[in-house]
Amino acid sequence: MTVQTPAVPRSNWLFNLARIRELGLSVFIIVLIAAVGLRTPNFLSVNNIQLILLNISILAIVALAQTMVIISKGIDLSVASMIGLVAMMVSSFVKVHPTIPMFSAVLLGLALGAVLGMGNSLIITYGKVPPIIATLGTLSIYRGLVFFYSSGTWINSYELPESFKMVSKGTPLVLPNMVLIAIVVAVIVYYFLNYTRTGRDIYAVGGNHEAAKVSGIRTQRIIFMVYILTGIAAGLAGVLWASRYESAQTNTALGFELETVAAAVVGGVSISGGIGRVPGVLLGALLLGIIENALTIVGISPFWQLAAQGFLILIAVISDNLIQRRAQRTIKI
Amino acid sequence: MKESTVLTSAAESRAPITINEFAPRRSFLEKFRRWEWMMVALVVAVIILNSRISPYFLNAQNLSRASSDFMELGLMMLPMTFIIITGNIDLSVASNLGMSASFMGLLYNAGVNIWIAALCALILGSLGGLLNGFIVARVKLPALVVTLGTYAFYRGVAYGFLGDLAATNYPKSYLYLGQGLLPGTLIPFSVGLFVILAIVFGLVLHKTTFGRYLFVIGNNQDVAIYSGVPVERIKIIIFTLSGFMSALAGLILASRFGSTRPDIGTGLELAVITAAVLGGVDINGGIGSMLGAVLSLTLIGLIRFGMGLVNIQGQVQGIVIGLLLVCAILFPNLAGQASGRNIRVDRRSVLSALGVIILLAIFIYFFFWSRAPIIASI
Amino acid sequence: MSEYILELKNITKRFSGVEVLHQVSFTLRSGEVHALLGENGAGKSTLIKVVSGVHQPDSGEIFVDGKQVRFSDALDAREAGIAAIYQELSLFPDLDVAENIFVGRQPTTLGGRIDWHKLYSESEKLLSSLGVHLDLKKKARNLSIAQQQMVEIARAFSINARILIMDEPTSSLTLNEVADLFRLVRRLREEGTAIIFISHRIEELFELADRVTVLRDGSYIDTRPLIKVSRDDLIRMMVGRTISNLYPKQAGQPGETVLKVESLCRPGEFENVSFELRKGEILGMAGLIGAGRTEVARAIFGVEPVSSGTIQVRGQKEAISSPEKAIRLGIAYVPEDRQIHGIIPPMNLVANISLPLLKEYAVAGWLNGKVERSTSLLAAQQMEVRANNILQKARELSGGNQQKVLLAKWLATKPSILILDEPTRGIDVGTKAAVHSLMNKLAMEGMAILMISSELPEILGMSDRILVMREGRVTALLSRQEASQEKILHFATQTINTGNVI
Repeated sequence: MTVQTPAVPRSNWLFNLARIRELGLSVFIIVLIAAVGLRTPNFLSVNNIQLILLNISILAIVALAQTMVIISKGIDLSVASMIGLVAMMVSSFVKVHPTIPMFSAVLLGLALGAVLGMGNSLIITYGKVPPIIATLGTLSIYRGLVFFYSSGTWINSYELPESFKMVSKGTPLVLPNMVLIAIVVAVIVYYFLNYTRTGRDIYAVGGNHEAAKVSGIRTQRIIFMVYILTGIAAGLAGVLWASRYESAQTNTALGFELETVAAAVVGGVSISGGIGRVPGVLLGALLLGIIENALTIVGISPFWQLAAQGFLILIAVISDNLIQRRAQRTIKI
Repeated sequence: MKESTVLTSAAESRAPITINEFAPRRSFLEKFRRWEWMMVALVVAVIILNSRISPYFLNAQNLSRASSDFMELGLMMLPMTFIIITGNIDLSVASNLGMSASFMGLLYNAGVNIWIAALCALILGSLGGLLNGFIVARVKLPALVVTLGTYAFYRGVAYGFLGDLAATNYPKSYLYLGQGLLPGTLIPFSVGLFVILAIVFGLVLHKTTFGRYLFVIGNNQDVAIYSGVPVERIKIIIFTLSGFMSALAGLILASRFGSTRPDIGTGLELAVITAAVLGGVDINGGIGSMLGAVLSLTLIGLIRFGMGLVNIQGQVQGIVIGLLLVCAILFPNLAGQASGRNIRVDRRSVLSALGVIILLAIFIYFFFWSRAPIIASI
Repeated sequence: MSEYILELKNITKRFSGVEVLHQVSFTLRSGEVHALLGENGAGKSTLIKVVSGVHQPDSGEIFVDGKQVRFSDALDAREAGIAAIYQELSLFPDLDVAENIFVGRQPTTLGGRIDWHKLYSESEKLLSSLGVHLDLKKKARNLSIAQQQMVEIARAFSINARILIMDEPTSSLTLNEVADLFRLVRRLREEGTAIIFISHRIEELFELADRVTVLRDGSYIDTRPLIKVSRDDLIRMMVGRTISNLYPKQAGQPGETVLKVESLCRPGEFENVSFELRKGEILGMAGLIGAGRTEVARAIFGVEPVSSGTIQVRGQKEAISSPEKAIRLGIAYVPEDRQIHGIIPPMNLVANISLPLLKEYAVAGWLNGKVERSTSLLAAQQMEVRANNILQKARELSGGNQQKVLLAKWLATKPSILILDEPTRGIDVGTKAAVHSLMNKLAMEGMAILMISSELPEILGMSDRILVMREGRVTALLSRQEASQEKILHFATQTINTGNVI
């Protein structure tokens, strides 16, 4: 059978190269590392690298979950509030019961996160509320619950048992626990998204919801699931957050939701659904971490750091989207 | 698509061969959509409730002071309504507010006249909006992504301007913006300004070609383009307008606080969006009214004021606002589903519903059970 | 065992209160090709979606192998051995070809891990059995429409279904591709698969199908063996009356050239397109879907820029940079997809009709509602739009009436050049005839009309001259006298290096 070809085939090695989604980002990161490393060799010290990894671990975990939601053509703005609430509840629990084994504290965090995520799922799938609105609502609700739960008080470092603090900081192998956990999460998410049907179904649902339905995919179930998974990731992040910063405050992780979206988008996840890869998101989180760290090390006034960071995020987002668009001819379906 | 091609015969067999008359004229009240009525009812209910729970509610001075607390939110909500009606979103408003206000603070600290500094802040805010609009309209990136980027950028610039300094000691004439009353009344100046601007924005939205174009773009951007609507120009205008209004809100907030810090207005963007959406503006674009948005702002203000009177903390008030936002969209949907088709009840759905209820019950139990010792220790 | 592999009894389905299927019954034997015929909106697509589990009937019964079944979603139907190719392409733009074929049922190893090797080798096998060669790792987004349709077909075949539903599978295939597809369908039939086949090309049905069931306005009309009916019988059953003259073409007197297009180019979409459009003539534009006709029209209307070439309007060279400019030059474009580019369903008729001229109803931006309403009313009345009143929402109207609203909208701009893109797709026969006689009338009054159509009878019946396009190039310009169905198809499907170009 003859197969039609477009009138003018477009084959350009540059385009093909740009099609490897993570390439642009990797080059950007390498150039950044080289530039900063040459100026301040301290940047490449083992300690500093470890610090960067430690700083981005929580971001990476939540951004990966956020990625799954965005691939399904949704968004979860409530992650930061879930982190705050879980951090507060778990810290309070270990404060009162300091002798429980710490893995059960982690499990508690995961379970609480799952229920909070399920709240989003219910509103979105059964209530047919657009995800951005639903999670905007639960953002306020869950944050309000943090205040209600604690009556505005904080849990401080001295109130938390040492073993709880070690959940994130222990270094059984070369790297701190928290980094190891992030790596494990990344591997699991990678396997899930690439080697399981359910994982692929997320792409299908986000890419073409109607088509997914007629292909026999239970779309509602998939959407229900991704918000629960995000809740679980936020629960894990909440425990790690409280453990790392040795406190639970009413404003823990405030504003973190947009950072997770930024990491995903910088990592090449398309906000219109159906596109996104784990390596890209990890690089996105890494880039955000490196920028933050490099700006300090290079000695930019701490007050302009945020601006520079914001500017680089803006540039990364725009250039990435542009490359993506040049590399793909869009079709009209 | 399927649905509309399907609506063939039934509707038409009743229709006359041709249209030979206008629709019957409808009075102003009839044009109210169900949403606006719902808002009015809620506003009335909250007023009654508030006056029952606190004797301080129906006090003109208290009301006056409380109302000015929401004007920055309101000023940013006006252009946000335009933007959401076109199917876009602006996450950078609060950061732009911070950037503009900090810029004014920077200039004022450097000895510039406050009004010239304010003018410069308005220009900077507008430029910030213009940048958003330009990238959205010309580079054609999703507004969510673009304004997420500028959300980080503009807030960063605010910190760059002021660092850990604050701009304070504004002249008394400037403080009038956020703290003064209209001469001879108890109405704050900012409320007066908001009311006038809300009327202007409302008229533009509902009575001009520009407003019609906004609805058309939000309903179907392609049709707008094919019909010769200058879509790019309109997008650039509304984002610039949003930047300008954010800066204006920044000036008023700075005046109300009497000082400017770079974190001024942090987190307001989501509150602004909440107000617009609760007012019946469809997040997917194409539907909305200025009246609804203003009513929803009133409602949010009244609820927060009432809860403040009975000493409920601001963040806990968020629970109610969040619930209101979700339920306002959830309940009509659920009602529509329940009446729309026969829900099949099989064993699987009953079991999963039961599972969900049990999980929620356990969570709630745990929430209060583990909270008890925390509260006891205070 | 029942005689039928599938039996539907008295199926009724409503959408938001409107009955789309009314007591429809249908039977299917294994090893037969059963055609489903009806006008657009007759309920064919809804009926097959009931069979494939996408829609659930409000009443009525479905039997598979004589046993009553109830599908709550597409997965249930697939497990019962039912696969479908839908009319709307349902691919996943960002997944590759192989995964699109196996989406939702990727082959897995024992541990539940997706076996990507197997997935690619199976896809390869499947596509070559269909005689198609595609890069398996190409994203669906980057395929041509015909390639996408082949992927859909491959997906349906990969299910090894006992009941295969094909809704307009041939709409964008070339003759060769159609022949290959039919060979496959016959092979499946011999293997005992039951096939429901929908096509608007009645000739195809005579070639392929054993029995035919006709639907009209959501009701069951009749089921007959195809050897016992004629083409005219089928049309009468579909329409409910005899159609005497579908194409009331009157030969006009073409005047001077009003639109001259020279070497229009946009890489990847069309190349070197030149033609002239004269006053008072209807120029038909024929070709397969994806041949670049709509793209050319959009370029002329200023929706998307061209990379080279010139456009002359009434002898004047013009750079048409936006639809705004095109409208000012007296060009109107009634786009192909009503729902996407044409009407705004949730807005009322006034807002729909007045849009291109909105500025003229306003003083300094301030809308004069009275003038806007009365002008729109007049435009709607001239087009004989059927509606309760002028403030009715466009979505409440039928496809035919929506098309009339669209024509009213554009004719109100008093254009001298009218571009019609698939002007009668998806509308009932009555409205179709009305649109055709309107076109005639407008041409007689001196309007220049460029008509894009994929329906050959319409092209042949209405055009003064016919332009044929293939893969972004103009391959022929035929006069009304020399044109025939075969000739047009030849120029629309030939491969360029073997055929005689113009």
